[in-house]
Amino acid sequence: MEKKLLLGDEAIAQAAIDAGISGVYAYPGTPSTEIMEYVQASAEAQNGKIKAYWSANEKTAMETALGMSYAGKRALVCMKHVGLNVAADAFINAAITGANGGLVVLAADDPSMHSSQNEQDSRFYGKFALLPILEPSDQQQAYDMVRYAFDLSEELALPVLIRITTRLAHSRAGVAQRAVREQNELKLPANLRQFVLLPAIARVQYRDLLSKQEHLRKRALTDGFNIYIDAEDKSVGIIACGLAYNYLVENFDNAKVPHPVLKVGQYPLPLDMVRRLYAECDSILLLEDGYPMVEELLRGMLQLGKPVHGRLDGTLPRDGELNPVLVARALGLQTTSGQPVPQIVKARPPRLCDGCAHTDAFMALNEALQAYGRGRVFSDIGCYTLSALEPLEAINSCVDMGASITMAIGAADAGLVPAVAAIGDSTFTHSGMTGLLDAVNNNSPITVIILDNSTTGMTGGQTSSAFGKVEDICRGIGVAEEHIHVLKPLRKHHEENVEIIRKELEYQGVSVIIPRRECVQTLNRKVREKARAKQAQE
Amino acid sequence: MKKDIILAGVGGQGILSIAACIGLAALREGLQLKQAEVHGMSQRGGAVQSHLRISDSPIASDIISEGKANIILSVEPMEALRYLPMLASDGWVVTSINPFVNIPNYPLLDEILREIWKCHHYVTVDADDMAKNAGSIKAANMVMLGAASPLLGLTATSLEAGVSELFAAKGQAIVDLNIKAFRAGREWSISQIKP
Repeated sequence: MEKKLLLGDEAIAQAAIDAGISGVYAYPGTPSTEIMEYVQASAEAQNGKIKAYWSANEKTAMETALGMSYAGKRALVCMKHVGLNVAADAFINAAITGANGGLVVLAADDPSMHSSQNEQDSRFYGKFALLPILEPSDQQQAYDMVRYAFDLSEELALPVLIRITTRLAHSRAGVAQRAVREQNELKLPANLRQFVLLPAIARVQYRDLLSKQEHLRKRALTDGFNIYIDAEDKSVGIIACGLAYNYLVENFDNAKVPHPVLKVGQYPLPLDMVRRLYAECDSILLLEDGYPMVEELLRGMLQLGKPVHGRLDGTLPRDGELNPVLVARALGLQTTSGQPVPQIVKARPPRLCDGCAHTDAFMALNEALQAYGRGRVFSDIGCYTLSALEPLEAINSCVDMGASITMAIGAADAGLVPAVAAIGDSTFTHSGMTGLLDAVNNNSPITVIILDNSTTGMTGGQTSSAFGKVEDICRGIGVAEEHIHVLKPLRKHHEENVEIIRKELEYQGVSVIIPRRECVQTLNRKVREKARAKQAQE
Repeated sequence: MKKDIILAGVGGQGILSIAACIGLAALREGLQLKQAEVHGMSQRGGAVQSHLRISDSPIASDIISEGKANIILSVEPMEALRYLPMLASDGWVVTSINPFVNIPNYPLLDEILREIWKCHHYVTVDADDMAKNAGSIKAANMVMLGAASPLLGLTATSLEAGVSELFAAKGQAIVDLNIKAFRAGREWSISQIKP
């Protein structure tokens, strides 16, 4: 079959379509966003055969997928690594309920934090939940693993976690598809109490999950994603997890590594293979594109065994993504370097687009806050986080989705009055609404700026769950009508906008100010599409 | 045959379109390909790069090793310099000389050019001017693809087919404009590279 040139994300999406999913659920987050977008653009989603829509957040996505699994159909749920924190309650408990229709959870990690606030390693969640984890090394294997994961999920009646990283998600390579599988028929669980986690039932289900662990370890030995590649030089044995394998073999002609290598793609770890490598080699080198999870296990707290090298002893950097040069250095191989970067080259950090509504909103806020001094704006995750940088320097926090409103409440409780929260429309419906309810219930003296650009901007303009609903939600939660204001963030309205914000900062209760103007990126895209449609008509 | 190419520019300058054209051409010629892109936050007016690897044998890593790139293809002159540590000692810098100034401390163009001239092999291109002559300044990225084309190890026919395929949805006029831009860049580059 002819190969298609696909991003890792797209390979995963195509595999899920071919595996007969009936639904995909997600919240946008780099580097996972393109999975949903690819499915949405497919004929299967366009003609309604596959449900493919953005959920309000990762938890609702995870639960929706679990509901589809309950009904016997296959579902994929996708998120970035920190999204799995949001979905964690549902995820961990889905391991206890188990699956009915195939359920695959895709977490895209971001080592080096290209677009994230941390580089947590989702494999720990899989281990925590006692679920099988798959970690592909390339785009073709990503495709193959998704196909396998759905079969495995139905066979074991368990969700399966697939962990990828940014490099794989956002790198293109040729991918061959396999035969398309039909979707499942609607089919209730054989045991209608399987998903009822009352303590008495949960205890039984948990024991069932524990009893499956030995089988999971066996499958990691037999199912072909963990490979033992023997070689002559046993001074060091190498365990290379997922993508790290590529960085290893990049350093050797024809991918021939002189040392024994255990290529890991499936967890729990294949114990027999690890045992053999450890027994036959003088030392072990761990290559993991993420946290030193396997390394920590092998090393042990007391380090009583053979030397284990990796991120924990400085053989590799403790943080950041791996690359071929770092691996070469870890093996003591010669490396090259080009010329240094000339000193005249200046940093060019990302910035808000020209004409962005957020710029006007923050210029008004900055001026309104002048009387109180700096340091009282709690913000959130989105394009507007860039207003922390020059020239605006308008915000003082960015922690997790929704934390702006709740941190403002806490700071106000501590006496920092007025405290301001700045949050985007999509982030508000993701995790801000419950915080706003806290504020209303406490009558907190905070001013909440909901920056409404009518899209999920930072990830490329996906539909915002908040669209057309922001004021109604605020009213419904109990914010007083006279303290809800919609502004037009444009320079020509600057003075009046400053005045409105200034007045609300003085109010000793919850105010919501909604600067509303469409994202210039999505607006330009619409204008271009319109022009093209018009041209096509003529 | 093996080419490791760093594509450089500023978010929004169209380096992913260059990558897509090369990718399509490489597929046409039956070559293997890996192309690491940058999506998300850094796209917003920040420095962006893409690692493009073409080979007639399997490619392991999605990213190019330091000091191993054969070509830095940049649509912006300062961005070309940012990736010099990636360039092999016999590698080429192919860059536009049209600055994209969106930072207050952007250096003088003369200083940038002096640094480019220190490279062993380089081609500098007035891409904006050539793109304007071809019909639109937006085609500057295709001028740069044309300028790099003699060094890519791919035929002009395959590359032009890639350009046509990429822009097909936008109509024949846009395809023609981009092909014209591609050819202008290619001609200039051939006149600059000593055989």
